[in-house]
Amino acid sequence: MSNIPPTLMLDMGLMAMLLVVAFAVVRLRSLFAIVMLQGVYSLLSAAWFVSLDAVDVAFTEAAVGAGISTVLMLGAMLLTEREAKPVAMQKQLGSLFIVTITGLALFYAIGDMPAFGDAHSAANAYVGSDYIAATKNNIILPNVVTAVLASFRGYDTFGEVVVIYMAGLGILLLLGLNGNAGKWRAQPNGQDVAGNRNSNADSEAGDKS
Amino acid sequence: MSPHVILRVVSKLLIPLIALFALYVQFHGDFGPGGGFQAGVIFASSIILYALIFGLDEAKRAVPPSWVRIGMTLGVLIYGGTGVATWMLGGEFLNYTYFAPQSTHAAGQHWGIFAVELGVLCTVTSAMVAIFYAFGSRAPELTDEDW
Repeated sequence: MSNIPPTLMLDMGLMAMLLVVAFAVVRLRSLFAIVMLQGVYSLLSAAWFVSLDAVDVAFTEAAVGAGISTVLMLGAMLLTEREAKPVAMQKQLGSLFIVTITGLALFYAIGDMPAFGDAHSAANAYVGSDYIAATKNNIILPNVVTAVLASFRGYDTFGEVVVIYMAGLGILLLLGLNGNAGKWRAQPNGQDVAGNRNSNADSEAGDKS
Repeated sequence: MSPHVILRVVSKLLIPLIALFALYVQFHGDFGPGGGFQAGVIFASSIILYALIFGLDEAKRAVPPSWVRIGMTLGVLIYGGTGVATWMLGGEFLNYTYFAPQSTHAAGQHWGIFAVELGVLCTVTSAMVAIFYAFGSRAPELTDEDW
């Protein structure tokens, strides 16, 4: 026991907690508890990323996974039921089959994975080492991640920003910022046209409650 | 008076600190972990916390939906505009060196990264708040039972 490095013990402890949380998420029926546990899952992964020295990734995971997505899932949950309906065992067999096959494939692939921190792995050799060397000479920033993200891979990051913009735009087009989707009014060719929601607002209100 | 006095008092204390931390993450991203994406999400979460505690209408008075709409587009324009500016200065798209070609300590790169990260901050913050506004406006008000 004494010859196991403390970081490895931390990693194993965090992985064990991830496993427990994942099983709890699968077993639970209360959607509120599931959303909260998903936040816990993200936070545990963030802690694990820190222990793997991937601080930037951990930061993003903590902010997006544990923060924003929990809030958005809660917002989505408010629009639906609070409890998940149990699914019949026969309907779960297909998913179990797919999950088992995928899991076996992943375990099979472990043998080909480079060791943690391997300097000769594909991620660390080739462009990776070039970027680290070029950052020191051409960009002169202490944080290589920022240099790669914003300068060497500026195109990719531009693409990511546009993706986020499109996600926001899509949501706005579908739902609207004020939740007034379907409550619009327009007058093409002089005739009065209203969204479906507005014309039968009473029945809609009845459906909601 | 709302029953969530402790939540209100604590979050009033925390919201400015969260926003300040977002700015730290934004402008310290060159030296430590962080950058536009993380800062944007943290900044948005401070606005979302405000909306959760004080209600969506109050949040919409503090951060109007029109700002959100403009901010989303502005961020992409800042990012793309930085690329176009380097074009105009004679370089390739997003080749920041042309902002200060004579600099010996890569000042052009630093300015370029600063501008680009500002664009990322704008878009990410606005998009996150927009998605929250869109979902939050449809959801019924939280009852005490849900707390």
